[in-house]
Amino acid sequence: MRDVRQIHFPHRRSADQDRPQPRHHPLVIVGAGPVGLVAALDLARKGHASVVIDKKSSLSDGSRSICWAKRSLEIMDRLGVGQALTEKGITWKTGKVFFDRGRVFEFDLLPDAQHRRPAFVNLQQYYLEHFCIEAAKRTGLIDLRWQEEVTSLTPTGDGLLLNIATPAGGYRLVSDWVIAADGARSALRRSLGLAFEGRVFDDQFLICDVRLKLGRPAERWFWFDPPFNRGRSALLHRQADDVWRLDFQVGASADRDQETRPDNVARRVRAMLGEDVAFAFEWISLYRFQSRRLERFRHGRVLFAGDAAHQMSPFGARGGNSGIQDADNLVWKLDLVLRQLAPATLIDSYDQERIAAADENLINTTRSTDFIAPKSAISRAFRDGVLALARTEPSARRLVNSGRLSVATHYQTSPLNGPDALGPGVAPAVRPGAAALDAPVAAGWLHDHIGDGFVGVWFARDPGLTQPFARDAGLLSERALPIKTVVVSDAIACERYGAEPAPAYYLFRPDQHVAARWRHPQRAAVEEAVARATGSRC
Amino acid sequence: MPLTREPNLEDPDGLYAAILEAHCDLSEAESVALNARLVLLLANHIGDEAVVREALTLARQSIDAAAPQEGGDRSFS
Repeated sequence: MRDVRQIHFPHRRSADQDRPQPRHHPLVIVGAGPVGLVAALDLARKGHASVVIDKKSSLSDGSRSICWAKRSLEIMDRLGVGQALTEKGITWKTGKVFFDRGRVFEFDLLPDAQHRRPAFVNLQQYYLEHFCIEAAKRTGLIDLRWQEEVTSLTPTGDGLLLNIATPAGGYRLVSDWVIAADGARSALRRSLGLAFEGRVFDDQFLICDVRLKLGRPAERWFWFDPPFNRGRSALLHRQADDVWRLDFQVGASADRDQETRPDNVARRVRAMLGEDVAFAFEWISLYRFQSRRLERFRHGRVLFAGDAAHQMSPFGARGGNSGIQDADNLVWKLDLVLRQLAPATLIDSYDQERIAAADENLINTTRSTDFIAPKSAISRAFRDGVLALARTEPSARRLVNSGRLSVATHYQTSPLNGPDALGPGVAPAVRPGAAALDAPVAAGWLHDHIGDGFVGVWFARDPGLTQPFARDAGLLSERALPIKTVVVSDAIACERYGAEPAPAYYLFRPDQHVAARWRHPQRAAVEEAVARATGSRC
Repeated sequence: MPLTREPNLEDPDGLYAAILEAHCDLSEAESVALNARLVLLLANHIGDEAVVREALTLARQSIDAAAPQEGGDRSFS
């Protein structure tokens, strides 16, 4: 593959710019990073055109987000880019943790086989963006406008007026909805004057990506207090094209210019990987963690997603992955509202569900940060105690926190959740609100059969037992908002969904999360659950 | 089950001595490290988060109660 980072996106003057009156576009997305592109692709998949505006003229300038979690890959599969990501990326599921000179702990993030996607695929952000842009072009519904910048955003009676600056002068657009996916330094967030509350950590971390041949397995290696970075931490990850991510904690008082000087970084790289290692730099960056979020993600018709809505420490790979889940959660709701199959208040559930997710991600990343960079003597005493005990004590290994890696958020308290007629003890991983658990089914994978619309899945070892529901299934498929029925009789799937021996019926939302589940579904109950999941009943 | 607050040890004096003995010859920092490890091991053994939290609250209250009131003269403490 050619070096995608060399691709230049020229500014193309839009015909909108020549109109005397601003042109109306139902959906404008600000930011062509992973979150904006995923939103655009998902909207296109549901038949909606969008305009995507980004001030850049190239892909992401560094590798940035590199760890794509299983749930993100499943979302990407639904959008048709999961396979390309997985093939180009580096699959891994094992993490090793070292303390001083010894290994204290090893974890396997996906101990169960029989999932289509691994726990993680590592791939530079620019590749993910590249694959999404190529897919966006194929839809014919996504109008990518590079080197353009939204300079103001004004609510009108029933929409938004956008002022846009371009290299060829300014123009205006009107829009029904704006998705603000313009990143950590979101200009839209600032232009609306929204507070972005939280913590900024003092400790600084140096990231460098180096290209080299290194005979090491594709695993996540994390060091506490290693000889090559005494008193601090370090992290090693493999990416595509023999690029390795190195991350060094460098302390609160480190000088930015000194730390990022290539000869100084090279000294660190050699101390970590060996004096005679040959490598080339790809990217060097110094950062401080931030842990903060907007109070609300919905501001009228402006919907914040990804880093624009929440920023967190990178340990746990929850930034990019949660941004993709934001888009996944938002787009089906927008789709139903735009098609007038759901009230506009459904969009409020985006706020509820994704704020709960952001808080879960923020608490996890903050706890990891407190473990990795203790703020006080006593916090260090406990941390070092955990690491020392972990050498021999299984109980302490469970406390070692080098990042709790991203998993799909279970929307436990969502107002969209319907009945759990199976009871909390049965297959708790797939209770209402949870993301579907993948499983092999006769023709591929469960995830191929759910998503985009509402789908009722019968998990039944004996498909004959679902026969009494067949007439209801037919009627459900004929609604304005149809509910497709699928019967799955594969053993692993039935076991994962608590349908062994008695069958179980699961209602899946368009984002593949469980809406409700029953042993004995009735058509009226299923319709009631769909009404609840689409914000028509609360 | 709530935190046991009634005496529960067969030989309290012996165990008390054993705790002090474990700290014998340690610097203050090492003693802090030992206490931290002890807390971690015992918390896992107890296993019941509510019991550990109750003990944490009780321990903290006993420290807060001993601390001088705000605005008080710290030189007496």
